[in-house]
Amino acid sequence: MKKIDRSNPVRTGFHQAKWDEPVIFELSQKGERGVLVNKAEKAVCEATEGTAVLPDFLKRKEAPALPEISQPRVLRHYARLAQETLGADVNIEIGQGTCTVKYSPKVNEQLANLPQMRDMHPLQDASTAQGIMEIIYKTNQYFCEISGMDAFTMQPGGGSQAILGMASLVYSYFKSRGEEKQRNEIITTIYSHPSDAAAPHLKGFKIIYLHPDKDGYPDFEAFKAAVNEHTAAFFVANPEDTGVYNKNVLKFTSYMHEHGGLCAYDQANANGLLGVTRAREAGFDTCFFNLHKTFSAPHGCGGPACGAVGCADFLEPFLPAPIIRFDGEKYYYDYENAKNPYGMHKIREFNGAAQVVLKTYAWIRALGAEGLYQVAKTAVLNNNYLFQKLMELPFVDAPYIPGKQRIEQCRYTLEKLLEETGVGTADIQRRMMDFGMHYWTSHHPYYVPEPMTLEPTETPSKADLDEYIETLKYVFKEAYDDPEYLKAAPHSSVCHQLDESNMDDPEQWAVTWRAYRKKYQ
Amino acid sequence: MRKIGLLVNPIAGMGGSVGLKGTDGLAEEAARRGALPRAPLRAEAALQTLRPLREDLSVLCAAGAMGESEALAQGFSVQTVYAPEPSTTSRDTFEAAKAIEAAGAELLLFAGGDGTARDLVSAGVTIPCVGIPAGVKIHSPVYAVRPEAAGELACRFLKGERRRTKQVEVVDIDEAAWRADQVSTCLYGYLTVPDDRSLLQHGKAASPASEAAQHNSIASEMAKRLKPGCYYLIGPGTTTKALMDGLGLEDTLLGVDLIADGKLVQKDLCEADILRRVREKETYLVLTPTGGQGFLLGRGNQQIGPAVVKAIGKDRLFVLATKEKLFNLQGRPLLVDTGDPEADAAVSGYMRAIVGLGEEQMIRVSAD
Repeated sequence: MKKIDRSNPVRTGFHQAKWDEPVIFELSQKGERGVLVNKAEKAVCEATEGTAVLPDFLKRKEAPALPEISQPRVLRHYARLAQETLGADVNIEIGQGTCTVKYSPKVNEQLANLPQMRDMHPLQDASTAQGIMEIIYKTNQYFCEISGMDAFTMQPGGGSQAILGMASLVYSYFKSRGEEKQRNEIITTIYSHPSDAAAPHLKGFKIIYLHPDKDGYPDFEAFKAAVNEHTAAFFVANPEDTGVYNKNVLKFTSYMHEHGGLCAYDQANANGLLGVTRAREAGFDTCFFNLHKTFSAPHGCGGPACGAVGCADFLEPFLPAPIIRFDGEKYYYDYENAKNPYGMHKIREFNGAAQVVLKTYAWIRALGAEGLYQVAKTAVLNNNYLFQKLMELPFVDAPYIPGKQRIEQCRYTLEKLLEETGVGTADIQRRMMDFGMHYWTSHHPYYVPEPMTLEPTETPSKADLDEYIETLKYVFKEAYDDPEYLKAAPHSSVCHQLDESNMDDPEQWAVTWRAYRKKYQ
Repeated sequence: MRKIGLLVNPIAGMGGSVGLKGTDGLAEEAARRGALPRAPLRAEAALQTLRPLREDLSVLCAAGAMGESEALAQGFSVQTVYAPEPSTTSRDTFEAAKAIEAAGAELLLFAGGDGTARDLVSAGVTIPCVGIPAGVKIHSPVYAVRPEAAGELACRFLKGERRRTKQVEVVDIDEAAWRADQVSTCLYGYLTVPDDRSLLQHGKAASPASEAAQHNSIASEMAKRLKPGCYYLIGPGTTTKALMDGLGLEDTLLGVDLIADGKLVQKDLCEADILRRVREKETYLVLTPTGGQGFLLGRGNQQIGPAVVKAIGKDRLFVLATKEKLFNLQGRPLLVDTGDPEADAAVSGYMRAIVGLGEEQMIRVSAD
């Protein structure tokens, strides 16, 4: 037998599955069924009288246009689609930029799938839900300890909804003071997540963006010029997408407070900060954590997720109801906030995704306080190992403050590579797919030229990091040796280059099957 | 049979290969230094992509190397509409462009650089254009990213896959100053192009929202802020034009118009007009930065002179800009150069620019 050679860590033989699978509606065959439901017994039919009890306006005139399809075909359909994704369980998860998700221990999935959890209903009586209520209550306390805040809600279903929650807290606070019409502006930064602008905008606030100064920090002079009697709050991430920690953040929060505004901290990703800094000590009045990003509950393809919003005590009366409390003997739902005339009352039903909170609780309990601090140290170490290795390459650079340590991620620039080879960051992104790896550029529009944003978290081992680095180097070398082949990538992925020129044309796009049929059939 | 125009500036790009920054006025010197024409080859590369459509196309062009030879070499049927001088100049580009449009071309493919695009502006070309990048200086977003991309874009346009058009700036730098290592960009006008951000220059950092959508969003915000009973001077540019379009008012793309209470008061004002109007009632100024360097005042809007700037002041100045335009400055300030340091100082410092509906960015305005 031939000896297996593993000396080259780059997976040049990778090829992703390509099924050319139709949309499920196209698989529909008239009369085909997945489940044949028995007709109800006569007595049941008579007792319910079918749809007779429904008023006419609630009754469908036609059957719903659902696909008619057998069980094995459904299974095959979704299994094939699953093979056409690059999920966190099959690739080295470094290249999702600010959206990188860490490893979620499978044992916690089993925990969340226990019948005691799986079969619960959020409307069952509190006396029968004491276990999960205790877990939510205690996780809430851990978050208070980690952030320095006084209270948390688990209600928001993800990061953007959590930011909407923070914006709602700000709005409620000023409404309670009769200032909600005057205080209608929120200041954020170019390098904070776009949702830090979008969610407050949805709440009705006007958004003012700050550009970075020469060192990449939010421009303090511009900030001072932006603050006025209309300013409601400052929404910011720290570190921002550049990975550079703004050590002057207290200067910003203090200035905001002096002018009557509040401060909200986007801590969706607190990987580099656990046990190191706390939002409250940095002068923030509210903050949030993405449990799927920092606390190891999986992302779940955009849901179910949880964006836990915390706040200082003076904002607690505006948090959504119910809040789970403990009277010394039992846990109970406190609906007092639902009566607050200025509060947001609800941001989502019930107490958020309980399984996600359970996985978070299990992860925190497994690590303990020291373990959480170790998570931060490892995430920062991993990122700076990657940083050092990539910065050795002459065509890779990182804007702002040469040599400055990055925290948990970094936005690099490949401007020089583009100048020398004609290969840009979008080309590299497509080519990395040919090796089964993600690679992220930046939010649009690009601020850093030819951006590359990498975030390793604490998950990858040194061997994982080295494989990712070697693969990147392989692609960079190809940019010099065979740029045309690289620019034609991907070659081994699910699909090849798509014509995206019409993506911004409302006349042509079709984001649903119904829209597609309307426009093209 | 459908008609497209092809215009090749045969000397474009020659200066670059022999170390001259541009070829404007230096074609002979470039040839003396051994430069070979490159525009014809690049024009042919673009035409090659168009070959699948050639049975249905008639190419309107100038005789010889200004288009005819390239189209014939690629097997297209040709109709010459202009005969240039033996040694071509920008005058020939000007005349050929006019003749091609007059002969009924629905699209004009042209190979050249920023100087060539300027000639098309001078000729008053209104049909959609696609630039084949062949010159030394390619700053205007009228050019495709590669010659083949120009052909591809023309193909999409002709096949009806990309009929939406937009107006883009034609900018050029002063070559004489550039040779002395001073970069000075000027806005010369606008050309219409098929709207395709993946094939045109400066499309790489495009926002998810199209430029048209951003313009509408900015115009909506500005329209909300218009106060009754006041004058608003609307400066040149496509961003400010979107406001005028939104209000249903006729616009002077390269000039300053005056509106009040949703009506056009006066078109294309000169400095004396503006000064007179400013004295009549409370007047606001609505500007968008122009050109590659981000000039707010002093390039392309000189009619807004120092006296106007001083009379209006910073508090009554609105700046409209797409996010890309501000991002492309990479932290540099927006520039003002009215020729009067006092007027420049009056609008310098931090202020807000409207970048969308309910969205502003803090910008820095400076004289240097």
